[in-house]
Amino acid sequence: MATTSTSLQSRVSVNRRIKDNSFTTFLSISIVASLAFIFYIIYRLYNNAGYLLSWDLIRFFPSYDIDTAGFQAPIMGSIWVVGFASLFAIPIGVMTALYLEEFAGKRNRFTALIELNIQNLAGVPAVVFGLIGLAFIARGPLSWGFTVGSAAIVLAMLILPVIIIVTREAIRAVPPSYKEGALALGATQWQAVSKLVIPSAIPGTATGTILAVSRAMGESAPLLLLGALSFVTFNPTGLDSGFTILPLAIFKYAGDSREEYQVLASAGSLILLAILFAMNLFAILLRDFTLRKRNV
Amino acid sequence: MSTTAQSGSAVMSLAPSTHLRRRNLIQLVTTRLMALATVISVLVTVGIVLSLLPTTFRLLREITTQVFGTVWAPLFEPSQYGMAPLLVGTFIIVLIAMLIAIPIGLAAAIFLSDYATFNLRRIVKPILEILAGIPTVVLGLFGLYVVNPEFVEKYWPIGEPLAYTALGAGLMTGILIIPIVASVADDALSSVPRAMREAAYALGATRREVATKVVLNAGLSGVVAALILAFSRAFGETTIALMVAGSYAKLSANPGDPMQTMASFIGFAGIGDAEVGSSAYNTIFLVGTVLFTVTLILNILGNRFISRFREVYE
Repeated sequence: MATTSTSLQSRVSVNRRIKDNSFTTFLSISIVASLAFIFYIIYRLYNNAGYLLSWDLIRFFPSYDIDTAGFQAPIMGSIWVVGFASLFAIPIGVMTALYLEEFAGKRNRFTALIELNIQNLAGVPAVVFGLIGLAFIARGPLSWGFTVGSAAIVLAMLILPVIIIVTREAIRAVPPSYKEGALALGATQWQAVSKLVIPSAIPGTATGTILAVSRAMGESAPLLLLGALSFVTFNPTGLDSGFTILPLAIFKYAGDSREEYQVLASAGSLILLAILFAMNLFAILLRDFTLRKRNV
Repeated sequence: MSTTAQSGSAVMSLAPSTHLRRRNLIQLVTTRLMALATVISVLVTVGIVLSLLPTTFRLLREITTQVFGTVWAPLFEPSQYGMAPLLVGTFIIVLIAMLIAIPIGLAAAIFLSDYATFNLRRIVKPILEILAGIPTVVLGLFGLYVVNPEFVEKYWPIGEPLAYTALGAGLMTGILIIPIVASVADDALSSVPRAMREAAYALGATRREVATKVVLNAGLSGVVAALILAFSRAFGETTIALMVAGSYAKLSANPGDPMQTMASFIGFAGIGDAEVGSSAYNTIFLVGTVLFTVTLILNILGNRFISRFREVYE
């Protein structure tokens, strides 16, 4: 077998073989470079701020004194804001996806419009969601101010289209025969969907949703406009509470020219990366597990 | 069933039982609820448009042709509204980002669709997902602390780059959009029918020739979509541009200079908690409108290419 392939290869001209080999090398280098970049960024952050890593960094509140400075308020702020954003966006997103996939009936002008709208909403720059937040939620008609509630609504709008898209994909991956069997036995559409389609679509939905939520966790731009850059030394106490978030705490420290604050920014980045990688890893493992189960 | 019902038994009457009526009611209520949820996504879009347009038009009526000027200083007195520096800054940073993302992103896509074995694919895809998961603030930090001082300041030949450079921002934005190019293009290339590859191999083409001359051509509309969507994402990126390219709207063609993009201006001006109706407040909505309109057009275009591709092969 080996000899056949070499004799076949030798019939390809030297010139083409060189081109082919260098192309393969180029592809491999691109992949390896991407991987190397991830490691390099972590290495540099760790090199800069690794010595600061301790539980105190998570336990202490932001401070101008580097020895007692930590990220508790921003971490709690991120959890509050992203938590409420998920609470708003996930039910609405899942219901929209279910409606479009299972209840809207045949494609008509209404569903086509909704689909176009969702696709485009997913591509709206994040900072623009900050603008609608500023105009209608923090100021203007709702005037909720720079609060956890305002920020949660803005992030909910940001992740809503993503959640709809991933949930629809998960629903589409459920074999239609499940539902058809139930319908043939006299179940209503809702009974078939709630008892068969939804349970089978949960793992896929969960994977996509976790990725969407982790995106919201790392998002900084829209909340720049909602006062999240302020120096906050307390944890949120409710939806009306002021807040800051981890990405913007990093942003704030990074903008300071004093070196100890730059170290703090790197330390905060390591915490943020750890949180996001954990979420991503969980999502990827969940998907891998589901795929394997389905294949068996 | 029907024969027992005819026998007159109340339980088996043809009228729907309470149980049946209940489940029909549940079906009706849940369907209505879901339709209502569906409308919310439309309301968000309507909300965006309504939040942007009135303020934009009010400001435009005031400043009219000043937007064509070459000095952007809306936060100073007297305010100047020439958008040229923002447009040029945005364009340069997006261009650098595309120069990074096109070769690496397409290489990753071709690798995934035509070179990687099933197991290698299972390793490489998560790497790209992790790259996509790095938050922009961390990329910005890396650009500000590492790329600008250690690479751009040292090696950029034109002018004297300082702490903030468009080049650094462009490079970091490029890394941000590599996974977008890779995943959309990979979707397209992977769904090119196997038969086309086999036909080319049978004619004696090498693996590179199959990948670049057959598969890449067959999946071209998907690849174009990938590039358009990545372009759009880079266009709207705020945090990286703000952290790495600074907040000075300099009109310059030298990537070693600090620059401001449209998105980073919104972020910058928004930090100051601008008073409603003030010049700063109105200006961020004007720039937001331009940003929203351009990305909307790009996204419609990109998605059109994707659906054209799906129609052909799926």
